[in-house]
Amino acid sequence: MSTPQPPTPQAAPDWHPAPASPYPTYTSPIPVVRTTLVHALASEWTKIKSVRSTMWTLGVFVLLVIGIGLLTGAVVANSSSDLAGESALSLGFFGLLLGSICVITLGVMTTASEYGTGMIRTTMTACPSRGRVLTAKAIVFFLVAFVVTLVSATLVALAHVAMLEGNGAADPTGTEWLKGTVGVSLYIALLGLLSLAVGSVIRHSAGAITIMIGVLLAPLVIALFMFSESLKDVQQALFEYSIPNQMSIFYANSLSESGPSGWDPLWILLGVTAAAFAGAFALLEKRDV
Amino acid sequence: MIELEGLTKRYGEKVAVNNLSFTVRPGIITGFLGPNGAGKSTTMRMVLGLDRPTAGDVRINGKHYDQLTDPLTYIGALLEAKAWHGGRSAYNHLLCLAQSNGIPATRVREVLDTVGLSAVARKKTKGFSLGMGQRLGIAGALLGDPRILMFDEPVNGLDPEGIHWIRNLMKTLAGQGRTVFVSSHLMSEMALTADHLVVIGQGRLLADTSMADFIAENSRSFVRIRTPHRERLLDALHGAGIEVVDSGAEVLEVDGDKSEAVGELAARNQVVLHELSPQRASLEEAFMQLTAESVEYHAHDGQPAGPVPPQQQQQPQQPWGSDWKRG
Ligand SMILES: Nc1ncnc2c1ncn2[C@@H]1O[C@H](COP(=O)(O)OP(=O)(O)OP(=O)(O)O)[C@@H](O)[C@H]1O
Ligand SMILES: [Mg+2]
Repeated sequence: MSTPQPPTPQAAPDWHPAPASPYPTYTSPIPVVRTTLVHALASEWTKIKSVRSTMWTLGVFVLLVIGIGLLTGAVVANSSSDLAGESALSLGFFGLLLGSICVITLGVMTTASEYGTGMIRTTMTACPSRGRVLTAKAIVFFLVAFVVTLVSATLVALAHVAMLEGNGAADPTGTEWLKGTVGVSLYIALLGLLSLAVGSVIRHSAGAITIMIGVLLAPLVIALFMFSESLKDVQQALFEYSIPNQMSIFYANSLSESGPSGWDPLWILLGVTAAAFAGAFALLEKRDV
Repeated sequence: MIELEGLTKRYGEKVAVNNLSFTVRPGIITGFLGPNGAGKSTTMRMVLGLDRPTAGDVRINGKHYDQLTDPLTYIGALLEAKAWHGGRSAYNHLLCLAQSNGIPATRVREVLDTVGLSAVARKKTKGFSLGMGQRLGIAGALLGDPRILMFDEPVNGLDPEGIHWIRNLMKTLAGQGRTVFVSSHLMSEMALTADHLVVIGQGRLLADTSMADFIAENSRSFVRIRTPHRERLLDALHGAGIEVVDSGAEVLEVDGDKSEAVGELAARNQVVLHELSPQRASLEEAFMQLTAESVEYHAHDGQPAGPVPPQQQQQPQQPWGSDWKRG
């Protein structure tokens, strides 16, 4: 390492103490800026793309969605199974279900990892408006997660439709296309956004990821092991409102007759996420960094 | 200028900072001293709006921290613990800070140059040594070319060359008319750099004085005497009205520059002296004396292992201030 030099006037030629005042004061040549959310967004964008964990989680996500998608597509195409008029899009479900764990991880990391590393103190010192920091993180993360999911899901959907023409699959309608690509991508990005809020509240990556994976899988698993007749209704509700089941509704192949349907899963998750953010904002203002 | 008014911070039962009021003025280096756990870092976190004060107020150039829209151009801070993501490069770390405050990206290169990290700008900060981390923290503080700089134990982990560099850096910054507020445990370090001194212990203000005054008041001079004729000398000193401050079994101490008087007195009374030496208490001792009653985490002398004789067992927690006279 070279010998460091104290900042000398040559580093910034117009450094000079201001003239007469009760105290000598320093005037910087750097222009004063009224910062806005745009500055915070630029900062968060630099942050999210400059750590390897982002590339890893998104890389694994794309691999899972496209890999599993093509694999199931190939298996079904090569078998004699007949989709009996169902849309081919529904095969994308498995890859996206597994992939959502990556999106959850990235969402949690966006907030919680700053607490683990101590970066949050630098962040909050640079931008004392805590709400602005969380808003910027949420926007940047949501856009990244949505775009990546949409691209992967659309590619897989196109592949499936092409692969399964000969297996009795129906041509997806416009609504089916919309739900199976944009709809499910919005749902997964929102799930990540919920994770981001949970990460901000829990402030601990491993803890928040565990909680979110629990939220993702526990209701379904618990429902599977509820044998008691008296708990039939509870089992039914757990099953219908479990995230995997709600996600499957985007392919119109809901595993049950009652419960949420159509675009309901999106509105439900939107409500839950909004509530989580209300809590996250309130706690962020109240707690010490 | 940083103004603190009755600043108080409580963590549950624990009062970390207790009704602190003082002002950090521009153009000089203000040293912020206190033993471990005195509340220095907590105070600095409150200045930055990271921790919310339980009571009281702190203002930067008359404003609360969260009223500053581009705070990095007002105040730059080096925090105690490393405060960045180890997976990000030094350049990107500083870039995201610059962007959040609308600081031109060219400034990132400049500060990396200033702290001597240009060669490792693209390296992940995870692999940085303690000293390199400290330099990165300082780069972050200098990024907005702010009028106020606050360093929490900046020499921590730096080699002698680095310490020298930090000292000069702080002097240069203060010389340009900036406010420099720096915390430390080391009185000797502060004596070399600071113009003004704020001392706290257990969160309370113990001293707020200029360095020169502190030195004048606290560098006690005394005379150290060793003699085989202890009793006779004590009598003689008493007869001459010279007060003995410390009369241990081996050495006697007399306040002031009285070595001539003591020597002549001993000669008149035919007392043999083995040592007669004028001494000056170090500033470090003065600091320790000042904070003696408020040191929270005492180390105990003695063997690290083995059974402890009952009378030497760790003393129960004593109420605050109960042992201050012993210091
Ligand atoms: N977040 C916290 N929760 C609980 N107690 C805290 C917290 N932060 C600090 N403290 C307590 O407040 C007191 C002051 O701590 P602080 O870190 O400010 O001291 P310091 O003067 O910086 O010490 P050092 O010289 O060791 O850095 C300590 O007793 C510490 O245990
Ligand atoms: Mg400290």
